[in-house]
Amino acid sequence: MAVYLLCLVLFSLGLYCILRKRNIIKIIVGVIIAEYAVNLFFILVAYRMKGRSPILSPDAEILNMVDPLPHALVLTAIVIGLATTALLVAIAMRIYEKYGTFDITKIRELRG
Amino acid sequence: MIAASNIIPLFVALPLAAAFLISLLGKRIKRLPDALGVLVALILCGLSLLSVRLHNIHGILTYSAGAWKPPIGIGMVLDGLSVFMLVTVNLVAFCVVVYSVNYMEKFTAKWKFYTLFFLMLGGMNGVIITGDMFNFFVFLEIAAVASYALVAFGTERQELEAAFKYAVMGTVGSLFILLGIAFLYSYTSTLNMADMSSVLAQKGTGNITLMVSVLFLMGFGLKAALVPFHAWLPDAHPSAPAPISAMLSGVLIKSLGIYALCRIFYNVIGMSPAISSILLFLGTLSMVVGGLLAIGQWDFKRLLAYSSISQIGYIILGLGLATPLGILGGLFHLFNHSVFKSLLFLNSGAVEYATGTRDLQKMGGLAKRMPVTATTAMTASMSIAGIPPFNGFWSKLLIIIAAVQAGRYGYAFWAVLISILTLAMYVRAMKYAFLGSLREGLSRIKEVPLFMKLSMGALALICLAGGLLLIPGINETFLQGARDVLLEGTEYAATVLKGIK
Amino acid sequence: MSKEHEKGMSLIVKTITRLTVGLILLYGIYIVLHGHVSPGGGFAGGVIIALSFIHLMLAYGKETALRKLSKAAASFFESMGAILFLGIALLGFTGGYFFLNFISKGEPFKLFSAGIIPLCNIAICLKVGAGLFAIFVALVLLKFDSEKR
Repeated sequence: MAVYLLCLVLFSLGLYCILRKRNIIKIIVGVIIAEYAVNLFFILVAYRMKGRSPILSPDAEILNMVDPLPHALVLTAIVIGLATTALLVAIAMRIYEKYGTFDITKIRELRG
Repeated sequence: MIAASNIIPLFVALPLAAAFLISLLGKRIKRLPDALGVLVALILCGLSLLSVRLHNIHGILTYSAGAWKPPIGIGMVLDGLSVFMLVTVNLVAFCVVVYSVNYMEKFTAKWKFYTLFFLMLGGMNGVIITGDMFNFFVFLEIAAVASYALVAFGTERQELEAAFKYAVMGTVGSLFILLGIAFLYSYTSTLNMADMSSVLAQKGTGNITLMVSVLFLMGFGLKAALVPFHAWLPDAHPSAPAPISAMLSGVLIKSLGIYALCRIFYNVIGMSPAISSILLFLGTLSMVVGGLLAIGQWDFKRLLAYSSISQIGYIILGLGLATPLGILGGLFHLFNHSVFKSLLFLNSGAVEYATGTRDLQKMGGLAKRMPVTATTAMTASMSIAGIPPFNGFWSKLLIIIAAVQAGRYGYAFWAVLISILTLAMYVRAMKYAFLGSLREGLSRIKEVPLFMKLSMGALALICLAGGLLLIPGINETFLQGARDVLLEGTEYAATVLKGIK
Repeated sequence: MSKEHEKGMSLIVKTITRLTVGLILLYGIYIVLHGHVSPGGGFAGGVIIALSFIHLMLAYGKETALRKLSKAAASFFESMGAILFLGIALLGFTGGYFFLNFISKGEPFKLFSAGIIPLCNIAICLKVGAGLFAIFVALVLLKFDSEKR
């Protein structure tokens, strides 16, 4: 149980980082932390007591495997996270080019 | 004889194929992106209209990708609500593609625009037709990531700032949704929406369902820009190029936000009075706050963006009432809003194309020089403000009557009040932009090119004719089918599972 | 020493890179081709293949790596991979279903088995490998206005 709660704590840590930090790069790091916390949660959901890795091989019997479906889902989620992170980093580089700073308190041309 | 359900995967496959073909060949062949884009959008539009007919003949259609039967494989479902959303999305997308043939000339990399556009369209269509929870998330992310990139398309200062804000908030929303899906999966051990719904009905609702509801409300609230989560919309929507603003405001927030909210809360988790009253409250809050903030705006596109928040509030109010008339009104307003809000954004794009400004104070008297733009903008404004013959009037009337019938007099009062406010806001905008005497320095402007005029005219015609959808006969085929899906609630599971067998 | 040798990292790194980069590429291809019988597959193999090129770029500087795989070629392979994948999915319609595994499945745990899955893996590998490399190149080559002057 504690593991799940720690996972949610990690998620909250990422959210805190997104909401409180002023540096754009740190915000991106916060997004990544939150993303990985969710992925970790998915993997934890898949775990069964004394389970073994869900790999089918000719001589092994199908016993005590952990749930393989969340692993596939997390792999997809990681790919999506890769795309999002790459996009965020590219935007951050462009912002640095235009504004000359990573501080979001100085990047305030739009109100609201 | 090809089975009717074979139409379903085409809604995803065609836009994706168009996106990849354009990215492969668009750089080398000059006119290909335009031609292929318009062609594919036209085919999709036709297919969506065909799907209305197929749905009327065959009822609910299901499809198993790769012949793997759900709940093991990924199932796709075409029911009344999906058909309704598909028509809305593809109709607006077609008009927007026709518009961007001329409008996007000023950007250098047109093929990149079309690639991202079709990725976004494929993602939206996928969200609408899928019957699988994780597949749903993947399509949602395809559409969302493409839209982040499209907001930053101009790579100017403000666009980048808006895109960064939008991307971070959108990603946080997606993470909430993914966390909710993880909770649901751990509770039900299935990912198929229909199966999930029946398992939830058997196991009963508990704290997990409550937690999941809150997570989904936050996630989809962020995507739909309901008021506590709206901060990104007024920046992101005006900053994008006009066709993209039209797509974002017109259909993206609806298919990723409202459609998803309805599908999950009505059909999967099941509507409860608590969720209904939260939706009513959030809807009214968005309506009021969006309306009040829009009043003071001088930037044409920013005014439209705030007005989008306000109109989203109307839709959520109608859907949150959970009475037959309320749902009908909410869905009808969803359709109408996607038509007239995309039209207004296209108009603002046309004005910007001709004059180079978005500031209402610097415009004036444009009606003499740009008759088509002015007429269509007037039509759209009167629709959104709810002047009788236009479509916006009927849907707002339905929502207000439904609120009164449900005994929610307070909400009905706010809806009427904000409707008057909307009228005032659009009268002011139209007066400054199009009426009065022509300003100095604007005497040499010209009307926009042909394709832009065509697409604006087509949308204006839909605005005029939209009220006809309520006539008995047409009503049953299109709107009521969508309403019935939401009304049947968690019966959805039984219907879909029967369709699969 | 010619100018070519001054770019990139030190001689030790370059020598090690020259020795290992082929092996990394080969390992990536192995992971892709055995994706259907063992852990791994198109995505993991594609990432390893992209890493071999990124490795080359880090050690030798961007010119050498871009000569092996230019940015245009990377984006071509990326689109090609996506179209191949979609094409395989659409070919499933010949059997009546989108994404149908229409080739005979063969015997489990053999290299030539599992129908369309190895083909899908190859398509995904093209898409991911070229895409990841293109992302890296795009971030490396992003020129700022101030630097262009």
